[in-house]
Amino acid sequence: MAEPDTPPVKHSNRKTLLVAFAVCLVCSLIVASAAVLLKPIQMANQSIERKRILVEIADLMKPGLTVAQAYQQVDIFMVELSSGLVTDAFDPEKFDITKAVKDVNLSIPLQRNEDPAQIRRKPKYLPVYRVNDSAGKLKTLILPVYGYGLWSTLYGFIALQEDMRTIQGLRFHQHAETPGLGGEVDNPRWLALWKGKIAFDDHWEPRIELIKGTVGTSTPDSHHKVDGLSGATLTTHGVTQLLNFWLGKEGFGPYLIRLREERERS
Amino acid sequence: MAYPVRKILFSPVVDNNPIILQVLGICSALAVTTKLSTALTMSIALTLVVACSGMAISLIRHHIPTNIRIIVQMTIIASMVIVVDQFLRAFAYELSKELSVFVGLIITNCIVMGRAEAFAMKNPPWPSFLDGFGNGLGFSVILLTVGTIRELFGSGSLLGYTILPLARDGGWYVPNGLLLLPPSAFFLIGLIIWAVRSWKKAQVEKAEFRIREMRQPTETA
Repeated sequence: MAEPDTPPVKHSNRKTLLVAFAVCLVCSLIVASAAVLLKPIQMANQSIERKRILVEIADLMKPGLTVAQAYQQVDIFMVELSSGLVTDAFDPEKFDITKAVKDVNLSIPLQRNEDPAQIRRKPKYLPVYRVNDSAGKLKTLILPVYGYGLWSTLYGFIALQEDMRTIQGLRFHQHAETPGLGGEVDNPRWLALWKGKIAFDDHWEPRIELIKGTVGTSTPDSHHKVDGLSGATLTTHGVTQLLNFWLGKEGFGPYLIRLREERERS
Repeated sequence: MAYPVRKILFSPVVDNNPIILQVLGICSALAVTTKLSTALTMSIALTLVVACSGMAISLIRHHIPTNIRIIVQMTIIASMVIVVDQFLRAFAYELSKELSVFVGLIITNCIVMGRAEAFAMKNPPWPSFLDGFGNGLGFSVILLTVGTIRELFGSGSLLGYTILPLARDGGWYVPNGLLLLPPSAFFLIGLIIWAVRSWKKAQVEKAEFRIREMRQPTETA
């Protein structure tokens, strides 16, 4: 091993402060430029990931299809949450939720007691995704959902079957929960439990419960219940809250009522 | 002054391996070795960080005041880890999702801090770079060995390519599920330590205590 040269000497306070400041400045410049320069590529990756999850949840991914091709079968609409009306005021492809919740014109603040999903500000408009069958009837309805878990906001999609009541699937495309615990929201075996569950009760109130232990056929109301994630109480709580929030009257409720009325008329 | 380049570079691989001799950096060795691809990415990321942070710290070692040296080292290491993480998110998105927090946890990996404090603070930049690189190699060798065994016998594949066709996909190999769980990495690292210490007797630690012969228990009132 090389001979160690002189050990670092004790410096004056002025020098200490100066070195600390210089190190911080240089490091922050490096970190900031890496983050800023690489952001466009990272955003593109996230957008592809979101589309991939969207087509997977809608079961559109067939062998030989690329994500972009499969994604073409999805119709996107912007919906005004309060009225449930479809609007074409913005391009849903360009909609960015993180920007929308910072914009006072595009979002409204939520009081603590009306914010179970802990999102603080609710966007006024959100995109919804529809997949129609060959006859033009609704086959799958996919709604974006998000809310706070333990460490992070979980962004995901819930897909409903044509009755708008049965869950086709649930997937999250962005979160930073603890791997192995809350991170198990990505576990395919857990996600598979969601298919066929009923998201609403008889009065069309959202009803999804995550419970401790396995949900068997003998469990009362087993069609509303999914096994919670063990070791991830807060993530599980977050998922329950965010689903009930977004499917309820504060979320996509008005839009879902309109869709149901439309279907009854036709 | 000439430096024993070979010695600095290769002694951490077997003789002074950070994982098996110093038993540092175990956390990530358990977490990222279920698959070879994640183990490989982690190895490259850590090697880069140890080597470059060693060099950077060594460059300014005469100016780092002793009383704030740890936090200065941390700042430099943390910045490099963030940069590596950002690059992975941009150019290896799938892998970065699998590695999740473990790239960020390189910051707290004792190997990085250990080399900064033990070597880079006392040696010139080039040897510090080599020392970091060597320790990165030592870490990588163990990670890749464990990763290879775990992926091959746990999922029958290497880097995602099927080597042993699995019984559930119509092949003949019944995978060992334990290898996919974190404890298996402990067993494997333990076995590697045993093997290396039987070969290199110098690494065997002196026993801290002796187990006494068992005596007949006497009855107490």
